[in-house]
Amino acid sequence: MARTAIRRGLSQPLRWQLARLVAERTETSTAKTLVLEIDDWAGHVPGQHVDVRLTAEDGYSTQLSYSIASAPDGNQIELTIQLLQDGEVSPFLVQDFGLDDRIEVRGPIGGWFVLDPADDVPAVLVGGGSGVVPLMSMVRAYRTAATKSPMSLIYSVRSPDDVLFGGELDDQSPGLAFDVIYTRRAPEGTQRPVGRLMRSDISEQQTAQDRAYVCGPTGFVEAAAHLLVEIGYNERHIRTERFGPSGG
Amino acid sequence: MGFVTRGFRGRPRAESDRVPPGQYVVEDFPVLSAGPTPNVSLDSWKFTIKTEAAAEHSWTWPQLQALPHESPIVDIHCVTKWSKLQTTWEGVSLDTLLADVETAADYALVHSYGGYTTNLPLEDLTDGKAWIVFNFDGEELTPEHGGPARLLVPHLYLWKSAKWVRGIDLLLHDEPGFWETLGYHEYGDPWREQRYAGD
Repeated sequence: MARTAIRRGLSQPLRWQLARLVAERTETSTAKTLVLEIDDWAGHVPGQHVDVRLTAEDGYSTQLSYSIASAPDGNQIELTIQLLQDGEVSPFLVQDFGLDDRIEVRGPIGGWFVLDPADDVPAVLVGGGSGVVPLMSMVRAYRTAATKSPMSLIYSVRSPDDVLFGGELDDQSPGLAFDVIYTRRAPEGTQRPVGRLMRSDISEQQTAQDRAYVCGPTGFVEAAAHLLVEIGYNERHIRTERFGPSGG
Repeated sequence: MGFVTRGFRGRPRAESDRVPPGQYVVEDFPVLSAGPTPNVSLDSWKFTIKTEAAAEHSWTWPQLQALPHESPIVDIHCVTKWSKLQTTWEGVSLDTLLADVETAADYALVHSYGGYTTNLPLEDLTDGKAWIVFNFDGEELTPEHGGPARLLVPHLYLWKSAKWVRGIDLLLHDEPGFWETLGYHEYGDPWREQRYAGD
């Protein structure tokens, strides 16, 4: 099912569908996870996103893309939305969108920044800020997958207050490693000095097959991808996606 | 009108006939790339047009710079929904580069340093519609925006304006590029909102 989501026929347009809010969770003081139910959902591959369309009564309509945070799970998807104060879509989704309300979505979209657990390749995931969202879908799918090439998540975040999915980052499943890097303020007792991602934050142990997925703001993605190339990752195995406050 | 999102009003807006449907205007210049930014040296830089008969026309960096420059001021539209209005570039028109190229091809497949590809009809590269650009806003084009040189085809979604451009193959038959094989639209006209295959 997930496979057909990527390789759907060229003639089948992606339809707008209604998604209903069935649950929500507070992640941080400015981020919320929305659990959406879509009647006819084809399933997704971790890393894919949906387009969200909001339409006002006067006909004005706006669209934005949001990565899916959840592992494939029937007809539900989870979007984790970071509130941007001067945004147009995120204030509505985080503050006004209520249980049982509906929005239009279209997807799943994306065939490059995806990691199908069935591929069973070693992967390092490097996320900056809310760029961790599509990576979390990969982590969550990994936990239930039968295949067990190692996966590690390096998550760069400003301070402990900004950590998304905090409760899940302690759960050390076999083959899975988490490393949270703090750039401004770290919890007491953290050995690493606060600061931006450095070469020493990334394991030098890798093979020619290893894949890397980098997602975050532009500067972060540029720097992280550069470090991975320096360490010896194959450039063609480094997949990047920009994520962050532009318009949202 | 179709579905209305309960409680959504949207921010105050000025109607503009310059912004295609589903797009919003940004003031910054977002960067989107599928992989690491390649390091391209000007000493070894070369741009090659290869015809369907395998004839090659190549330009080194100094040779490209010696051709007549143009300074298009255009609006650009990214499939990820941002548009940037009134952007200023400097480069060489594809009409100049194609002037001495003999071809019966209808299609083009653009190649980049780093391995990226994108396809489009050849007629979308001619008649003042496309450039190889190396300056943006009066400055050298930075690597994350495609420097030293990128293709600029502003009337199509920006993924067609390949960064780090290295060459163009002229083909008798259409061949899909990178995003075109991954579910994005084969043509990508922002005014018809041709984002994904089948749109």
